[in-house]
Amino acid sequence: MRHKLLDLAEQSSLRENKLNFAVGDTVDVHTRILEGNKERIQIFGGVVIAKRGHGTNESFLVRRIVAGEGVERTFPVNSPKVADVVVKRHARVRRAKLFYLRDRIGKATRLRERRARAGEAETNT
Amino acid sequence: MPVGLLGKKVGMTQVYDANGVVVPVTVIELGPCTVLQVKTVDSDGYEAVQVGFEDKLSQKDLARPESQRKRTRANRAERGHVVALKSKRQQAMAERGVEAPPKAGCEAKRFIREFRVDGEQHGLDVGQELRADVFADVKAVDVVATSKGRGTTGVMKRHNFQGQRATHGVKKVHRMPGSIGQATDPARVWKGKRMAGRYGGTQVTVRNLDVVSVDAENNMLLINGAVPGPNGGYVVVRVAK
Repeated sequence: MRHKLLDLAEQSSLRENKLNFAVGDTVDVHTRILEGNKERIQIFGGVVIAKRGHGTNESFLVRRIVAGEGVERTFPVNSPKVADVVVKRHARVRRAKLFYLRDRIGKATRLRERRARAGEAETNT
Repeated sequence: MPVGLLGKKVGMTQVYDANGVVVPVTVIELGPCTVLQVKTVDSDGYEAVQVGFEDKLSQKDLARPESQRKRTRANRAERGHVVALKSKRQQAMAERGVEAPPKAGCEAKRFIREFRVDGEQHGLDVGQELRADVFADVKAVDVVATSKGRGTTGVMKRHNFQGQRATHGVKKVHRMPGSIGQATDPARVWKGKRMAGRYGGTQVTVRNLDVVSVDAENNMLLINGAVPGPNGGYVVVRVAK
């Protein structure tokens, strides 16, 4: 059993409003980036292909194709540097890890779209 | 300077600091500790404060109200250390007019340590309860604990020897110590030669660990970095000098 003090210690580091997205969603991840003294938002858009960990350790993996090359980036869910995750599109997926997308190119990487479930963020597009 | 406190290692996790940088922290359940004895030059020849952590009670006893506890875990000497027990010796001493030392009046404690306070004004009395807030303004602490016992280990794990190569003719001696001395003169192995043997399970002090946060209400202390011993092991936390 997990000790209650461990949860308590992590509590202050957890996000107040939970990010609402699922594996298979096409998302825009807004990250805060420090350029000199100015902070700006950088956006990384792609498909969430995995979520792992729990508590402060929780992270998710976003995959996109940049100039014909697959790029994957892991973001910590609770990092203050991750400003927002905007869901563009939901997809019907049947597994928790979409690593099979790595072996596919072009049209084969498309995922079947689905409508938002109750309590889930409406797509923005 | 406050005396140290006793606690239990809960485990490690990570938190974000104000800059959004991850800090690896050890969670320690710190206190509450009870002052069991105040030693003075007159009574003991030196000055120290003895504190105890965690009641020495069975799970069944913990569920019972205080008046119905059986207190079978602690022996009579341990109980007599914290409360005044009736005994012929105490009675005889009282008759002779010897004043009994003050007692904390708490349950017998599982983990007891003392802190030297030579010449310091600590202002602590027997029976006083100490909580994590004594570390409220402390920046860095030392942690003393018993490291994890590893049993018999080789020299690579125990003394950080390099071992030998994986290839180039090395056969069956990849993790061996190599030569342990000279030849016919001195014809023996020097005393203190580091070899394989029992490793761990000894007292280890880690000094100058940063305090990340103190939560006296929940008896919680967060320390940056690792602390010796297994999760659930007892630790002594004192202010870093």
